[in-house]
Amino acid sequence: MVTLLTETGEHEVAGAEPSATALWCAAREAEEATGWVAKPEGLCRGPVCVPLPAGRERELVDAGRIDLAALWRHLGEPVVHSERGHVWVLGRSARERTAALASLEAPDFALPDPTGRVHRLSDYRGQKVLLVTWASW
Amino acid sequence: MWQALYEELAGHRFTVIAVAMDSRDGDPLPWIEAAKPTYPVLIDRDHRLAELFGIVNVPQAVWIDESGRIVRPAEPAGAYEGFRRMNRQTREMPEEEARLTAQAKSTYLDAIRDWARNGARSPYALAAEQARAHLPAVSEDAATAQAMFRLAQALFRRGERAEAERWIREASRLYPDSWCIWRQGAGVNELGLAALPDFWARVDALGPARYYARVDMPGMP
Repeated sequence: MVTLLTETGEHEVAGAEPSATALWCAAREAEEATGWVAKPEGLCRGPVCVPLPAGRERELVDAGRIDLAALWRHLGEPVVHSERGHVWVLGRSARERTAALASLEAPDFALPDPTGRVHRLSDYRGQKVLLVTWASW
Repeated sequence: MWQALYEELAGHRFTVIAVAMDSRDGDPLPWIEAAKPTYPVLIDRDHRLAELFGIVNVPQAVWIDESGRIVRPAEPAGAYEGFRRMNRQTREMPEEEARLTAQAKSTYLDAIRDWARNGARSPYALAAEQARAHLPAVSEDAATAQAMFRLAQALFRRGERAEAERWIREASRLYPDSWCIWRQGAGVNELGLAALPDFWARVDALGPARYYARVDMPGMP
């Protein structure tokens, strides 16, 4: 069992096989956690398809499985994992973050208040929002 | 500070959303109970906001208009450097530094008032090109550091403290500009503040560089 932290949240992936550099997952589990699917034209998420590296296709996709770590490196996105390989973070690159911010559309998020109720930034559409960070430290 | 402003501007389709960048378990709760805010206060243990908006310190704020557009990217929310020149035993601030600190705060709060009342007509609500020019620069190392920070938080939640702390240190090494990351790995004093000698040494090492970036507003020190 591997815990996978992605942009959309935390996913438990029962069939994942982690090693020092690879994270092989069943295609169905990879899709559930990340949205990426293997197709004839390459690996796709929504309308975006990325061709597999010529001659090295099986380093990313093999026998109905996807190596998510290799995919993330191929995409140029950060991937880090715990020493035992039981927790992996599939992050977003600075390039993508910067492009998203350049649209000036505030990226949505969902965070809990102290009672556990989840608030989304988009719940406050129609108001001006001063989004301000603080900390007890 | 935000409660009074929130009440003052509540009739102008304006709200404050305060987000606590505390990662230690239970940490922000007594502070929230003491302040009794009526605006939303959210808890962001994984520092998702830092990733999404390029936030590196507190207090930093982003202004978002009614349609969800950023009109001022992340910048210090009225905070100023004066504390660097205070007496570290008595916590007294030289008069001039206290004056500038108060000026930064009042300039910033007045700018918010102007924006809440006048919306896009406010000179403080940046037009698209200007807003883009004010976006924080994020490096690929910073993006990797944020992934490490998230990994560390997941390990903390599982009780795997030693490894989590190693990831925080590594994240801070990769992304030294982030005080949010550094402080989560730093020691805290008897008041619960990360203001031990290691904090001051790190602040002093900035030399002439700012701890709080200068906010680009007329009248801001």
